[in-house]
Amino acid sequence: MARISQTIDVARAQILVTLKPSLLDSAGRTVAGSLQNLGFTEVSEVRVGKLIEIELAEYSEARVKEMCEKLLANPVIERFEIKEIV
Amino acid sequence: MKVAVLRFPGSNCDQDAFFALTADMGIDAAYVWHEETSIKGFDGVFVPGGFSYGDYLRCGAMASRSNVMQEVVRFAAEGGPVLGACNGFQILCEAGLLPGALLLNEQQKFVCCDVFLKTETRRSVWTAEAADIVRIPIAHGEGRYVVEPDDLKRMEDRAQIAFRYVNASGASDEDSNPNGSVDGIAGVLNEAGNVLGLMPHPERATRSILGGTDGIGILKGFQLVMAK
Repeated sequence: MARISQTIDVARAQILVTLKPSLLDSAGRTVAGSLQNLGFTEVSEVRVGKLIEIELAEYSEARVKEMCEKLLANPVIERFEIKEIV
Repeated sequence: MKVAVLRFPGSNCDQDAFFALTADMGIDAAYVWHEETSIKGFDGVFVPGGFSYGDYLRCGAMASRSNVMQEVVRFAAEGGPVLGACNGFQILCEAGLLPGALLLNEQQKFVCCDVFLKTETRRSVWTAEAADIVRIPIAHGEGRYVVEPDDLKRMEDRAQIAFRYVNASGASDEDSNPNGSVDGIAGVLNEAGNVLGLMPHPERATRSILGGTDGIGILKGFQLVMAK
């Protein structure tokens, strides 16, 4: 994936947001059907999530977690994973 | 009685709501921009449908964190009447005023049609005057209501399910649920009963030329609060 900035003196966080496994992923089901139509008959399930990249003055996992809890993910329906990009 | 009709970038049912309230219900109303930090002077809030903030991130996510919504949360906690339709329902869930969330329709299609609702409780001003079977339009792509099983049980115990999708004769069957909502839920109340969110559009059913008038019974909630 292309970097969102070429500068090297900023910190970056990557957040992966996914729908809880217990919930039906309508978009994923559609994509799975399309892949099967293209001949990828080995596909049994697709789940679609979101990848969010953030540039920061400095990386703090606690702060990024707070961002996820306050806006980036909805705990009722989603899970999130945080990664620092180095 | 004066109702605040909220406006976010991307709201598109705000004028319908304003028209229904003022022209068809005789209720005083005014638009309130999302940047406002006060809703003083208003006795009720209508959170209209549309695509606030382009539905970016999640439907209603950004709108629910706006200045005006922080005031609406306070207003609701004090018992003020709040009604959210369609994107307004999504915003109220995202704001934590209502339990659960709305996801992409099960059949992946935007649905735009009239549906029938069964009024499940009379304990709220929003349902007290609603017809037993409400005929009302829906228009949404992300209206599949989901909530954790434990929360659903609690909501049922506390009569927080306001409306369920049914067929014309009031029975629930597979075809009557337009979006795959859990238990056919179309609208929910908060515990106190002063906040209602629903995917259907009561503001689009207030005169017969629009196809029906069953929205009036729901919007009457604003007047019932004042009569109390």
